[in-house]
Amino acid sequence: MAQMNLLQAINNALDIAMAEDDSTLCFGEDVGHFGGVFRATSGLQEKYGKARCFNTPLVEQGIIGFANGLAAQGSRPIAEIQFADYIFPAFDQIVNETAKFRYRSGNQFDVGRLTIRTPYGGGIAGGLYHSQSPEAYFAHTPGLKVVVPRNPYQAKGLLLASIRDDNPVIFFEPKRLYRASVGEVPEDDYQLPIGKAEVVTQGNDISLLAWGAQMEIIEKAAEMAANEGISCEIIDLRSILPWDVETVANSVMKTGRLLVSHEAPVTAGFAGEIAATIQQECFLHLESPIARVCGVDTPYPLSLEREHMADHLKVFEAIKRTVNY
Amino acid sequence: MNTDIYKEGEVVHSPAFIDGHSVDIPVLKILKQDGTTYPNAELPELNQVEAEKVYKALAFHRVLDERMIAAQRQGRVSFYMTALGEEATTVGGAAALESRDMIMAQYREQGCLIYRGFSLEDFMNQLFSNEKDLGKGRQMPIHYGSNEFNYLTISSPLGTQIPQASGYAYGQKLQGKDAVTLCYFGEGAASEGDFHAGLNMAAVHKAPVIFFCRNNGYAISTPSDEQYVGNGIASRGVGYGMKTIRIDGNDILAVMKAVQLARAHAVEHSEPVLIEAMSYRLGAHSTSDDPSGYRTKEEEAKWAEHDPIARYKSWMLAQEWWDEAQDAELFETLREEILAAVKVAEKIDKPPVEDLVTDVYDDVPKHLQKQLDELKEHIKKYPEAYPFTAGRI
Repeated sequence: MAQMNLLQAINNALDIAMAEDDSTLCFGEDVGHFGGVFRATSGLQEKYGKARCFNTPLVEQGIIGFANGLAAQGSRPIAEIQFADYIFPAFDQIVNETAKFRYRSGNQFDVGRLTIRTPYGGGIAGGLYHSQSPEAYFAHTPGLKVVVPRNPYQAKGLLLASIRDDNPVIFFEPKRLYRASVGEVPEDDYQLPIGKAEVVTQGNDISLLAWGAQMEIIEKAAEMAANEGISCEIIDLRSILPWDVETVANSVMKTGRLLVSHEAPVTAGFAGEIAATIQQECFLHLESPIARVCGVDTPYPLSLEREHMADHLKVFEAIKRTVNY
Repeated sequence: MNTDIYKEGEVVHSPAFIDGHSVDIPVLKILKQDGTTYPNAELPELNQVEAEKVYKALAFHRVLDERMIAAQRQGRVSFYMTALGEEATTVGGAAALESRDMIMAQYREQGCLIYRGFSLEDFMNQLFSNEKDLGKGRQMPIHYGSNEFNYLTISSPLGTQIPQASGYAYGQKLQGKDAVTLCYFGEGAASEGDFHAGLNMAAVHKAPVIFFCRNNGYAISTPSDEQYVGNGIASRGVGYGMKTIRIDGNDILAVMKAVQLARAHAVEHSEPVLIEAMSYRLGAHSTSDDPSGYRTKEEEAKWAEHDPIARYKSWMLAQEWWDEAQDAELFETLREEILAAVKVAEKIDKPPVEDLVTDVYDDVPKHLQKQLDELKEHIKKYPEAYPFTAGRI
């Protein structure tokens, strides 16, 4: 075990992946010698050479198009999009190409070896274009897997699983936690399962569900609720697509209440999908409406960031409203 | 920073704009319409056996397109796209490659598959989207794909294959495959952002890919002069620092020569090459299009005189590698075979309902299995509404 921050855990996972398979490549804007603007790919070019870890021109649709071609060819590309806010020029390559490669060819060709890494999320004074959480756009696209880790241990295990998964994975990294989240991480190889949620804390009165950096927020709110005698069950969804309906439904059948919280704006956010499914699965067990505590339906603001965010106080208030419904 | 990021020109002290058309681009022509070659023309490497294979592929292509247009008009297939007048660009391209080379096409490149030996049955099964289609009946007619023949499955969005070809070729290079990727697109698709992305990345990362632009004059109804104002697509190769050539796309010997040399250069130097083939889309864009709304019969008639298959046939006759009796027999046989294949393929069942949910992922995930199970129960309740699958659940 070693103490690692989230970036070091990701760097460590990439190192393991590149060491075990010569066809594994890491590339994106500033990814080469500089090691990426957040330094997630630090040292990889020195270790594995310029052919396998390199800077690309500044063209996101090109990065993902190139990665699709490499994956179809049999290489194992790990493409970085510098900020999730800049993934949209590549939206066509991801939604119409990556996601449909296997299906449209009748399984003659696939890009299952592709992993797209991208830092997401707010709370870092990043304003409109360095703060977004676009997971719901991709969750609406069959053929993709979408994964979000909450801490260094999760990041390493889930990233290694994503790289080795035989389906294309978009791996959203909570950049607010890159250096802020530090924890014990095994130096050896390990994987955590994609498509499985994790019950982080057991509780009886209400289930709280989130992913990525939002886990810290709901944990803090749960502590406040505990002081008022409310017992919260805390779940990390971990995979947005496919998502673990069973774990969430089992929890809700026990607690009778659900609160879902994410950073992205509330309207058509992934919490809506979860609420629809859980009311279907658990209708007769529900004792209150499913609560959503999410971003305000605006572009991500700068000076009013605190007001915009689904912070622990908003979650705490929603917990009380839901429990006392 | 490398100082070698531009080539320093003459220093001037009064503004000197260079003209957007200042690059002169020669056009390679080898074969005349009468079947003779230009004096001193450098012919491609081509022996009699290969030459005959090329001609038979061209003939197959012409008859397949004729028959399938007729089948579409009879309501037997929903949609079709011919490559009338452009067959030399694809058959010639494939003929100049090794079979291990990858082909990433736009959609009008069935000539490559014909040359490589994709069977008539496989063409028909795709066109009729039946259960024997390699693509499992999921895509509209002409969206062929073949792993066996290294022909990536067609995707309708334009230009998406261009950066993919760069990545594919980069992987071929890294793994020492001694192979290239041939990437086709039209002059219309060259307006897409993916064109710029793909060409620039191939040049920067030194990927052995041959970019082959079929400049056929039209993107559906939009003529080339409303698509760009520069000197064709070839002039852009200069901007990417890429070896570039313009050829007569109706001259199959020029196509083969250019692709042979481009392939050799791409492999030897690990560099991309851009080829712009000037041609003309003699047919409609697709069976859903009517060109009479945007161009004249006179214009079409003028280009019909440049038919690439007639030109190559004249050359074959002049070589005494082919004769009219063989020709008549070939076309007769092809017409019969293709008609017979239509009749077989249209009677084959549609894919089973399970094919709706397979291949979205490597395995069917739980939520999708649940949706399939619910769908099957629904179909059983209303079998007459789902005649293709109801009897097989």
